[in-house]
Amino acid sequence: MDHPQNPATTLNTDAFRAVNRPAAERRAASLVARRSIKGAHQAAWLLNAIACMDLTTLAGDDTPDRVRRLCAKARRPLADHIVAGLGLAEMPRTGAVCVYPTMVATAVQALDGTGIPVASVATGFPAGLMPLDLRLAEIRYAVEQGAEEIDIVITRAHVLGGNWSALYDEIAAMKEACGAAHMKAILATGDLGTLTNVYAASMVAMQAGADFIKTSTGKEGVNATLPVGLTMCRAIRDHGDATGNIVGFKPAGGMKTAKDALNWQVLMAEELGRDWLRPGLFRLGASSMLADIERQLEHHVTGRYAASHRHALA
Amino acid sequence: MPSIPEILETMAYGPAPESAAAAREWLTRAPFGLFIGGDFTAPGTLFDVRDPARDEGLAQVTQASDADVDAAVQAARKAQPAWEADPALRARVLYALARQIQKRERLFAVLETLDNGKPIRETRDIDIPLVARHFYHHAGWATLLSDEFPGARAHGVCGQIIPWNFPLLMLAWKVAPALAAGNSVVLKPAEDTPLTALLFAEICLEAGVPPGVVNIVTGDGATGAALVAHPDVNKIAFTGSTEVGQVIRRATAGSGKALTLELGGKSPFIVMADADLDAAVEGVVDAVWFNQGEVCCAGTRILVAESVAETFRKRLISRMKTLRVGDPLDKSTDIGAVVSPAQLARIRDLVAQGVAAGAVVHEGTAPEGCFCPPILLDEVSPANPCVAEEIFGPVVTLQTFRTPPEALELANATRYGLAASIWSENLTVAMDLAAQVKAGVVWINATNMFDANAPFGGMRASGFGREGAREGMAAYLRKGDPVQGAAPGVIDPLPGKGTPDGLDRTHKLYIGGAQKRADGGASWSVLSGAKRLGHAPLGNRKDIRNAVEAAHKASGWGKMSGHQRAQVLYFLAETLDHHRDGLAALVPMDEIDASIARVMYYAAWADKLSGAVHNTQSAHVTLAMREPFGVMGLICAEEAPLLGALSLILPAIAMGNRVVVVASQANPLAALELGPMLGASDVPGGVVNIVSGPVAELAKALAGHDDVAAIACAQPTVAQIVEAESAGNLKPVWNAPKGQGRDWLEAMVQVKTIWVPYGA
Repeated sequence: MDHPQNPATTLNTDAFRAVNRPAAERRAASLVARRSIKGAHQAAWLLNAIACMDLTTLAGDDTPDRVRRLCAKARRPLADHIVAGLGLAEMPRTGAVCVYPTMVATAVQALDGTGIPVASVATGFPAGLMPLDLRLAEIRYAVEQGAEEIDIVITRAHVLGGNWSALYDEIAAMKEACGAAHMKAILATGDLGTLTNVYAASMVAMQAGADFIKTSTGKEGVNATLPVGLTMCRAIRDHGDATGNIVGFKPAGGMKTAKDALNWQVLMAEELGRDWLRPGLFRLGASSMLADIERQLEHHVTGRYAASHRHALA
Repeated sequence: MPSIPEILETMAYGPAPESAAAAREWLTRAPFGLFIGGDFTAPGTLFDVRDPARDEGLAQVTQASDADVDAAVQAARKAQPAWEADPALRARVLYALARQIQKRERLFAVLETLDNGKPIRETRDIDIPLVARHFYHHAGWATLLSDEFPGARAHGVCGQIIPWNFPLLMLAWKVAPALAAGNSVVLKPAEDTPLTALLFAEICLEAGVPPGVVNIVTGDGATGAALVAHPDVNKIAFTGSTEVGQVIRRATAGSGKALTLELGGKSPFIVMADADLDAAVEGVVDAVWFNQGEVCCAGTRILVAESVAETFRKRLISRMKTLRVGDPLDKSTDIGAVVSPAQLARIRDLVAQGVAAGAVVHEGTAPEGCFCPPILLDEVSPANPCVAEEIFGPVVTLQTFRTPPEALELANATRYGLAASIWSENLTVAMDLAAQVKAGVVWINATNMFDANAPFGGMRASGFGREGAREGMAAYLRKGDPVQGAAPGVIDPLPGKGTPDGLDRTHKLYIGGAQKRADGGASWSVLSGAKRLGHAPLGNRKDIRNAVEAAHKASGWGKMSGHQRAQVLYFLAETLDHHRDGLAALVPMDEIDASIARVMYYAAWADKLSGAVHNTQSAHVTLAMREPFGVMGLICAEEAPLLGALSLILPAIAMGNRVVVVASQANPLAALELGPMLGASDVPGGVVNIVSGPVAELAKALAGHDDVAAIACAQPTVAQIVEAESAGNLKPVWNAPKGQGRDWLEAMVQVKTIWVPYGA
């Protein structure tokens, strides 16, 4: 992370505001329909998505070998002939690899020497319904194992019950437990019901010191959607305007295609600007998106439509 | 082209051009003739059609002459009866048109973009899909017409004149309902943008439109004027500027041609303190930076609550920076080219006037050429020309308000009344503003939403008539014929006429709930054969002025519930019944009985004419409210002086209007007798004001009064002067037939369409 950590501010519920869902949906729809990225520009934007990607495996059947294979893909996300065809001086790399706490050590070892950080979910991911001391202990464990980034989950009940001080205190405690590691606060927006709740939860997370706010665990019924992303981006902007503090954004879950990668980057470019197209402030949490990006980039290089089975598996 | 590593530094979008190859191939068919009687004529006198973005000629098209227009009208006339007689054919053909447009969607979109300069994203994603939607919707109306509009007939030949801002979409709005109703059409596209209409003509051939049912004549204003003036055209439908609308109103006055006008606007965009400000900022983008601001219903006057003005202004200015102005064929362009250098010069001139009048200007950026950046004019006063005048460019003004009533006052301080956009997360407040704003279309937390099943059209100088939905279909149908009757005679105010019958009775004007002497201090003898029925006060234009003022003061009437007005009308029936014998000296008893029955009839209706909830888009409530005009002028028929007067007064006041009535000239006394009876029946003073005198003079003053919102006229001999004078504020004039019914009520209200998108 090339950005300094986001310092906590005090809880300020006056910063909350209502979000009009139909208007957010219209904006999200037109935002991506009104920008078209073609040819070399599209290739560059897809490469940028790789650089911003938290290549992720968060499954019950994860094993050390599975994690090592993912790390190998993070080190070499594209086939050599694609890299050469794109005129790149060196092999790109993903923004991070994201795993469960017990897989952190394996990932750290597999990525040794690459500079690719390991991100770990923690705090009773994905539901977060564990005693707070255990959740904090889990954060400390993951950090000790070598995770440089911690993706925490919030207690949805605090949002749904309007218990903002409890939410603030919980996230602030988690931030403290993270120490030098950057903290991404997963809001599990699919569980929050309204965009107004998404905005409020975003604000509390940032006030409590989250370095990133993140949409989803990937396990909720609805994961990253553009209207949710739009709402969170506006919260980031408003928090920055109010405090001068800069917070990153990570959509996660349900994003599978190269088109998704372009759409989310267009959202960042339009709503927050160029700085939020760098891995220090933007991550795409995805598992299968990279395979589609690699196919599209091969098509750009060869002019032929590509097949995933000819590329290295993540 | 930069290398990929270079692009990774800038993260620029890069070019994303849409191919114009197919459209340019089609353009090689130029020069174009006119489409008359199912075929293209040989090209005649030609003029150039240009691409404003590239400043180059696209094609040459024919300037239609008077003779060409005549040939087109004759072809339309010849084709119309068979077309009207076959609704199943109409449904099939309209359906085929919808499909053909979808099958050629990209060609239409690109051609429209080349011709108009609007971005391909908008032609592709907005214009053309709405065009197809319009034809589908009206294919259905052709099928349902006899069920849903029993007894209605087509007007016949419709002359249709459309503007350059949405060339094909406005064609669809005009042609689809006209054809569904069984009319044939002669359409004149705008001189700047005729090309998609010519492509549409080719589509008509593919879709099996019978020869002569659709005729397209290209040309300038002279062609339009010839169409308006043609004696064999039954209806004119025009979309365009208010100034041209006024010319057309005067030109068609007294011709018997039906008329609908969709004219200019200066629509308010109201941002309440509790609005989602980001949503509202995007609303401004959709309101005035859509289609280069060349939108009649554009929300060009931002009114923002003082308490959030600073934040709103900052976000709006920031948002202007991410708007991309440039090549309309590029798929990442937000604002394309202005339609013509002349229009760009007009925009620049008006902005310069606005700045000279004190506006603080914020501008985005635009390339060289026929492009205009997004412009915000801040710190403007209501007197600033850019607040008052329609600019038709990407220019928006910003004013602040303190309270909801002040927001409304500012919103309604305009001669226009086309649309309004209201932003508040409080639906209680938003609906209150929606109910009170003078606009034919209101969007709550949204803007510029359109659908074939949502009525669209204006109030005040924004025109009259609605397009879309059932209301739009009604505008292409005729029901009943206006009253025919002899011209009133000449009033001789000198004494010595007729013999009295019993004790002398005094009749006065009825104004503001009181009996008033005529301003001129004169009366004339009302005769029945040799017998003198009485003296009628000789009203003049000052009495009309006083009556209109009194009517405006009685604003509480429109706020009463229909039930409350029904009670008053029932009470009036009682009063009339009580005065049967007295009235019998003036009118026959059967007319009195019919009058009492008519009061009962409209008392029954007073709480029953409901609006509609239109089926448009999912998760949108689209209301069509029926609102009274406010102050109406009623010009009574000469015959049946009591029943005739009540036939107009009752539906008007049942719907909540206040009225100024010009009584029958031959026998005004019965109507004047109504005055005190209205008062005795609890009709508040000023709701009904009755003036007698020379009908032509009084009608002229009433029709020429800018604070009268609409006229119903049952005196055909003054229709010409009434319609001509109505052009001043573009009040609608309804030439009333004899009788009673729902049509009378619908003529006394205007539709306000309110869009409410919802979602938790």
